[in-house]
Amino acid sequence: MSELTLTPNIDGADDFYAELIEAHDGLTKDESDALNARLLLTLANHIGDREVLAQAIRAARQAG
Amino acid sequence: MSKIFEVPLYPYERSTDQDALGAVRHKVVVIGAGPIGLGIAIDLAQQDVPVVVLDDNDTVSFGSRAVCYAKRPLEILDRLGCGAQMVAKGVEWNLGKVFFDEHKVYEFNLLPEDGHQRPAFINLQQYYLEDYLVRRLHALQAEGKRIEIRGGNKVSAVGNHADHAHLEIDTPEGPYELEADWLIACDGANSPTRRMLGLDFVGQVFEDNFLIADVVMEADFPTERWFWFDPPFNRGQSALLHKQPDNVWRIDFQIGWDIDREQELKPENIDKRLRAMLGKDVEYELEWSSIYTFQCRRMEKFHQGRVIFAGDSAHQVSPFGARGANSGLQDTDNLAWKLKLIIDGKAPASLLDSYDAERIHGADENILNSTRATDFITPKSQMSRILRNAVLDLAEHYEFARPLVNSGRLSVPCTYDGSPLNTPDALDGGPARTRPGSPCPDAPLEGGFLLPQLGGRFTLLTFNADAPEAVEEGGITATRLALATGPGDALAERYLGRAEAAIYLIRPDQHVAARFPEYNEEQIRFAIRRATGKE
Repeated sequence: MSELTLTPNIDGADDFYAELIEAHDGLTKDESDALNARLLLTLANHIGDREVLAQAIRAARQAG
Repeated sequence: MSKIFEVPLYPYERSTDQDALGAVRHKVVVIGAGPIGLGIAIDLAQQDVPVVVLDDNDTVSFGSRAVCYAKRPLEILDRLGCGAQMVAKGVEWNLGKVFFDEHKVYEFNLLPEDGHQRPAFINLQQYYLEDYLVRRLHALQAEGKRIEIRGGNKVSAVGNHADHAHLEIDTPEGPYELEADWLIACDGANSPTRRMLGLDFVGQVFEDNFLIADVVMEADFPTERWFWFDPPFNRGQSALLHKQPDNVWRIDFQIGWDIDREQELKPENIDKRLRAMLGKDVEYELEWSSIYTFQCRRMEKFHQGRVIFAGDSAHQVSPFGARGANSGLQDTDNLAWKLKLIIDGKAPASLLDSYDAERIHGADENILNSTRATDFITPKSQMSRILRNAVLDLAEHYEFARPLVNSGRLSVPCTYDGSPLNTPDALDGGPARTRPGSPCPDAPLEGGFLLPQLGGRFTLLTFNADAPEAVEEGGITATRLALATGPGDALAERYLGRAEAAIYLIRPDQHVAARFPEYNEEQIRFAIRRATGKE
């Protein structure tokens, strides 16, 4: 069974974050929400592993 | 008792230049007696280049201003004769805490690497640094070096000519004129020199205001950097608390764009903010307060003809990350030895193009980091704020989100990758951190440290390798420093990596110019020529 990675795993974290914020440039709030939803589903598909996805959903709910 | 920044330190005195028939020509004139102007003047005087510093004021900086000094500038100040004083007086810190709303999100430790003479960071009021530098300048003067500082000298016009700059200067006793072979403008972000020459200064304006309050208080907060996102005492904004010597605390409140400056600066309104943050019974004395806005911008070129810009006059960043004074001192470190070689006729004037190439590279890196920190601290859109807050919520629970939290990426020196002065890396297995263009990392030696042995001249740094004691090429001598090292040694780890021996050519500013596995005269001669703009 795979474990959700909760330790730092992105090389160049600042570059990634800047790219993410830039992707939202010029969008309305609704368009930004929609972009986030598309991004989330794309990344979920990349992960694929249902167990990991379930863990990620729980982790995100707990941090709110 | 008067505060240090209220006492004239270099009062106006009449110079014989004011009684001369025409404009007297000087080798180098520096405009501005802040840390950068004083730094470049001392560096040049130590190398026997005569220099005159002009400043319209006669005291050290008003208020604490730049308070965070990183390791690399401390190493530079060591070479200028002020590093030990800085560290002795400054407050050393390693721990930072980040808060969001009412919670601590996480804490970080700078975890400085062992085997460096200087700490990762100290906090010290800018007026102390300027005081040390002015005293150092006077000590050099007493030793017979040709360096002087002229207070109450306000430059009112600058002309940039083919082989000199022309200056018109106002003094309490009327105007006079000077000429300079080289003029270095260190007159700050609002540089009058830049304006008088009509030069550009473009970049991004951040629509936000920050209130600085420096308070003197007996407080039992630890010596740590505390940063708040959206705290109860400053809703929707950020705040910072940082310790300085003499029980002075730097407190920084983000206060938004649409404000009434005059109202905000009233002591009773600052008092309200301080009591909301520190508790209603807190006892303190307000030493200095100020409201600042900032921009991230730079000049297109850092030198034009005979006029050279250094520090904030050439590039401006937000204060997050301590990249202002720190990068300005790196400008002076880069500039002084090049100008000395040009003045002595040992390098072509085009060597100054490498000052632009290397320090623009540094400025762009600083602007990028500083802009990103600012965007994180003051999100520009609703979604940007949602994502920022998500990062903070996640960071409280999960380690993975902590590298994304950005309350300022702290100043580190830049590696001059791609510099025209670098000779391509020839050391197989050599560590990446000491590739050509890198600032030399310090390391312990028997009875001391490596960095004080380097700098101020070209050095042939040899590890487990034979080489002559000196190599002279085109009037420039590289002197050997021979070291032996082995596995497990910090020197070996930082300079050899998987190699067994190495020859490094180190520039006068302690940056690596070239490295090889063994001594080869032709290669070293080439590297010296290349590092001085002749290849």
